[in-house]
Amino acid sequence: MILRRSLLIGAAALAMASGAPAAFAQEEPLKVGFIYVGPVGDFGWSYQHDQGRLALEKEFGDRVQTTYVESVPEGPDAERVLRQLATSGHKLIFATSFGFGDATAKIAKAFPDVKFEHATGYIRDVNLATYSGRFEEGRYILGVIAGKTTTSNKIGYIGAFPIPEVLRGVNAFTLGLQSVNPEATVSVVWANTWYDPGKEADAANAVIAQGADVIAQHTDSPAPLQAAENAGNVKVFGQASDMIQFAPTAQLTAIVDDWAPYYIGRVQAVLDGTWESQDHWGGLAAGDVHMAPYTNMPDEVKALAEETQAKIASGELNIFSGPISDRDGTERVAAGEALDDAAQLEMNWFVKGVQGDLPK
Amino acid sequence: MIRLEPRAAPSKLMAMLSPLIAILLTLIAGALLFALLGQDPVEALRVYFLSPFDDAYMRAEVLVKAIPLALMGAGLAVCFRANVWNIGAAGQFTLGAIGAGAAALFIPAESPFAMLAVPLIAGALCGMAWAAIPAALRTRLSVNEILVSLMLTYVAALLLDWLVRGPWRNPRGFGFPQTNAFPEWAHVPLLVEGTRLHVGAFLAVAAAAGLWLMMSRTLRGLRLRVTGAAPRAARFAGFSAAGDVWFVLLLSGGLAGLAGALEATSIVGRLQPEIGAQAGFTAIIVAFLGRLNPLGALLGALVLAVSAIGGENAQILLRLPKNVAGVFQGMLLFFLLACDSLIAYRPRLVARRRA
Repeated sequence: MILRRSLLIGAAALAMASGAPAAFAQEEPLKVGFIYVGPVGDFGWSYQHDQGRLALEKEFGDRVQTTYVESVPEGPDAERVLRQLATSGHKLIFATSFGFGDATAKIAKAFPDVKFEHATGYIRDVNLATYSGRFEEGRYILGVIAGKTTTSNKIGYIGAFPIPEVLRGVNAFTLGLQSVNPEATVSVVWANTWYDPGKEADAANAVIAQGADVIAQHTDSPAPLQAAENAGNVKVFGQASDMIQFAPTAQLTAIVDDWAPYYIGRVQAVLDGTWESQDHWGGLAAGDVHMAPYTNMPDEVKALAEETQAKIASGELNIFSGPISDRDGTERVAAGEALDDAAQLEMNWFVKGVQGDLPK
Repeated sequence: MIRLEPRAAPSKLMAMLSPLIAILLTLIAGALLFALLGQDPVEALRVYFLSPFDDAYMRAEVLVKAIPLALMGAGLAVCFRANVWNIGAAGQFTLGAIGAGAAALFIPAESPFAMLAVPLIAGALCGMAWAAIPAALRTRLSVNEILVSLMLTYVAALLLDWLVRGPWRNPRGFGFPQTNAFPEWAHVPLLVEGTRLHVGAFLAVAAAAGLWLMMSRTLRGLRLRVTGAAPRAARFAGFSAAGDVWFVLLLSGGLAGLAGALEATSIVGRLQPEIGAQAGFTAIIVAFLGRLNPLGALLGALVLAVSAIGGENAQILLRLPKNVAGVFQGMLLFFLLACDSLIAYRPRLVARRRA
């Protein structure tokens, strides 16, 4: 089990030992590179990162120049793209998907004067930071809303891959759901892709056919929202960005990933010469995660959602506070305790109430 | 208006000139496209065609990208020549990676079998086994090999997916879908330190040259060409159609498996869901760009590798969206294939006659 804090402090110490970078002349704009796993037009994950990139241009104007490479597969090509960004003068590079981790770590070693940031990753180095959002805080709120909305007590959940990031979301959602509706269950379907509108729509239609009347998703396209909208009596949540335009009568709310504050802060740090490797994990309180407007629901559900949101943001409610047992009955969090970050990072179990395969 | 008239015999001149004409047309159309997008056309074309040669690492990357394309393209060229349509090289590539991964992960370092040739051979055999399924179904039950080989691509991808998420998952990998890194002995040696260029380059050239010799100098090659061009004539000549189907599918499947094994042991270094199997589909274009000649496939692989890397560089250096890179790559392929029609046809300007 990894102690995140000690890793962090170690990395910071190393960064200081290697000497702070000298402030450089400001005539040359700072070149900032991004690589995306999907197209910028996915209206989900990559789109939101690109919104963060555009926010950089707006904030810093001529002082930065940004570049992106989209639809980079999480395989052999990533290393070359990262290296080319580094050799073409980009001094700060954001690798925005988990699967870029190995390539980013390797290229970071080869380019010690370039700063790298890896989203949702866990490998850090003096010039390689990691960052993510506590999206599961938003997913807990979705679960609360779903619990109050469903009449069939069957919720469909389209997951990308059975990795900790996604399992945290499923569990947070289910804990929220069962906090208001212990009868309701969640059926997880694996799409085995982050972005494939066809497969995502198929998965949505499959869970609708099984009787689900609320759908949540952890894949990046709006296809499940369109499927819900077409089905008529199915409600749905947007993913990563406000997808209300795709489901004007079906979307209840959406978790909005807002990378702009983080990106602006990190670019400022490079400009000031104060950039250090770190692990950033911000949630509702830090402003990295927003909720889209609560729509298509009765006022009392909306009030409950807002109350839950306020409690999480203020720290009054820890979404992974015990007692929590997994679905096999093993106690994972004792009463009066909460799941620590390290355990959240390697989560590989489902809470009670989740149905569907979990590869062991 | 221009009319295409069939030539009595294929033009030798045009066979050489058509790629040059195609490149010229691509340059003109590309310059126009980039000018319309507000880019400097000369700089944009430089980025596409020349920036992949800018430094030693990039030159090596062109070859790295071309190696699996060439291996698979050469095999598919032979396969398509024989009128057997193996569309599933991507699946055979994936099985090759799985086979190599099984050997690399489960052979202990002290075993006498712990040497690089073993995963590579295992990969090639797994690729052949995967290609044997469409071969058996086609020869025994007359099932269309296009569909079977294509569908098996998805089965292969799901099999890999299951292995890396389930039984072969790295137990200390935070639950992420990947196996342990392969041991040192199972890494393909690099040719140039500091790049990713590996000895697979020699295998690709040897495979292409060997297949070219076979097709042009051996009875087997003649049989395959006859079977492909005139199946009835081949039957009258007593050639076994079933034997040829088996031969070309096992050959192309084995090469695709080898390509997958090389990619897994040299570039990726472990198994994970994404290992670059998409190259199996690109290799179909490679085979056609090379006019279904194994040596031509080498060139086709280089062309596609340059245009893929040029497209990435255009996004980085010119900040063009990926779709523009795709449009440009499409134009290049379109002109290359369209100009090949000049070999068999003569364009002739004819006055439009009054009715």
